[in-house]
Amino acid sequence: MAKSHEETADPSIYVPSQDEDMLKKQKKKEWKETLVGYAIISPWLLGFFLLILGPILASLYLSFTDYDLLSTPNWVGFDNYINILTSDPRFVQSLTVTLIFVFISTPLKLIFALGLAMLFNTGRKATGFFTTIYYIPSIIGGSVAIAVVWRQLFGRNGAINDILNSLGLSGLNWIGNPDTALSVLIILIVWQFGSPMIIFLAGLRQIPGELYEAASVDGANKVQTFIKITLPMLTPVIFFNLIMQTIGGFMIFTQAYLITQGGPMDSTLFYALYLYEMAFEYLRMGYASALAWILLVIIALITIIIFKTSSKWVFYESEGGR
Amino acid sequence: MKKQNSKISDVIYYTFVAAFGFVMIYPILWMIMSSLKPEVEIFGNAASLVPGEFRWDNFSRGWEGFGGIGFDVYFRNSIIVTTLVVLGTVASASIVAYGFARINFKFKALLFGCLMATVMLPVQITLIPQYILFHNFGWVNTFYPLIVPAFLGGQPFFIFLLIQFIRGIPRELDEAATIDGCNKFGIFYKIILPLLKPALVTVVIFSFMWTWDDFLAPLIYLNNAGLHTVTLGLRNFMDADAGTNWGALLAMSSLSLLPQFILFAFFQKYLVEGIATTGIK
Repeated sequence: MAKSHEETADPSIYVPSQDEDMLKKQKKKEWKETLVGYAIISPWLLGFFLLILGPILASLYLSFTDYDLLSTPNWVGFDNYINILTSDPRFVQSLTVTLIFVFISTPLKLIFALGLAMLFNTGRKATGFFTTIYYIPSIIGGSVAIAVVWRQLFGRNGAINDILNSLGLSGLNWIGNPDTALSVLIILIVWQFGSPMIIFLAGLRQIPGELYEAASVDGANKVQTFIKITLPMLTPVIFFNLIMQTIGGFMIFTQAYLITQGGPMDSTLFYALYLYEMAFEYLRMGYASALAWILLVIIALITIIIFKTSSKWVFYESEGGR
Repeated sequence: MKKQNSKISDVIYYTFVAAFGFVMIYPILWMIMSSLKPEVEIFGNAASLVPGEFRWDNFSRGWEGFGGIGFDVYFRNSIIVTTLVVLGTVASASIVAYGFARINFKFKALLFGCLMATVMLPVQITLIPQYILFHNFGWVNTFYPLIVPAFLGGQPFFIFLLIQFIRGIPRELDEAATIDGCNKFGIFYKIILPLLKPALVTVVIFSFMWTWDDFLAPLIYLNNAGLHTVTLGLRNFMDADAGTNWGALLAMSSLSLLPQFILFAFFQKYLVEGIATTGIK
């Protein structure tokens, strides 16, 4: 409405009315606020264009070139994408390793997280202390120090084999064997179930007690209560954790780089590790940019699938159930 | 009868929780205790948590590092980088969050959408072009690629966290300050910032831990060993001395986690609440 007023005003017979004066002041105030606003968010604005949007577009462009950091990039069309998708066994291997890893470690981590959260939600004493203990691994689990520890624990003469031997079992060459190397990393990630556990614990505490009372009046047993009440009420939290852990799986780099170096025989060649190798060891920046875009598409697809199916299994109370 | 039952279940409960807790904490205890073991025991008596003989000199030997660069250099570098990143993140994320939460500028909805879209963006997408950019600036082998992004908003997640927090602060406080003659910056500095403290503690803790732990960025940008951070120092040590100097390596590994342990001991409440309410790791 304010806009049409301004457009129809004839400047030749312009008589400033009180109304228009107010409008002008209002406009001026709006512009001033916009200017102040942009000044205040300017650090992020600069960072967004320079370090995020610009690089994303540059990455898209580079993925269609053979850039190697040293010579000028040549346009190669879809060659990188075609090579990756049709004739790169290491791409297939890295994607397979990453997907196996995500599909095994994510459910395991969430099962441990939920199971322990339920144990800590029984109202017994001193659970706070134990929650803390269980939570420590997720704070330091991604560090280089823990990678060092893991390499020794699962080494040939390491503590795990020592324990196995004392139980009369024979030790394994955990890290050196392509069949077991990935499980060493899966154990490391599942070990860090403390942070989803705390999210579950917060979720469990929000379930209204009346629901459980009603169920016990109806004579429901523990299993029924779990399936009919606890699980449906927790689905939003499960949904959130599922997305975070899945995306996190595609980002795994440090542990694989330090503990197994992607080996043996590429059995732990995670996607992020392969991308790093291509970009920073072989300097195939164009090819690696194409790998990055394929990664983005895969993550987007998985996220969309989880979101699309979520309406079938995630329970939102405010919508009155499914 | 019932009472006895619950006693038995209590015993089972605590035994299980404690035993499982021991398994969870074992690798960390193992690291700390093995850093005091003599070399032969780390392998000869691998699973044990009690050193037969305490070797405190693992720490002094580790501290010397190797190749003429000791852990004093690595720790100094890590402290410089982490301090500046935390400062930059707190300063830029808090003011940017204030802008988004309180000021009505044009295209705000669009820009907020951009901010949210970048929260989940995988680091791999921008890794290569950012490297090329910093390479062209001549910033490879300096701390700038690690520090400057923190001053330009840092992790978008932190901005989002702070926006949510500021939205919970009553607007009447802003209005009262405006009547008293405060401008927008004054409101931020005098009203919002003091109230933002609890959320800022969370930002400080998590940005500290993530930066201290960061491996990928230092690996890519810092080739000169004199600039290496603690994480790279440990990697160097592991590669150079693998199998020969495990005691010293584990001593330095334990030491590298000391800041995390201290933070955890003092700010446990913030850490747990931060995770429970926002879902960050």
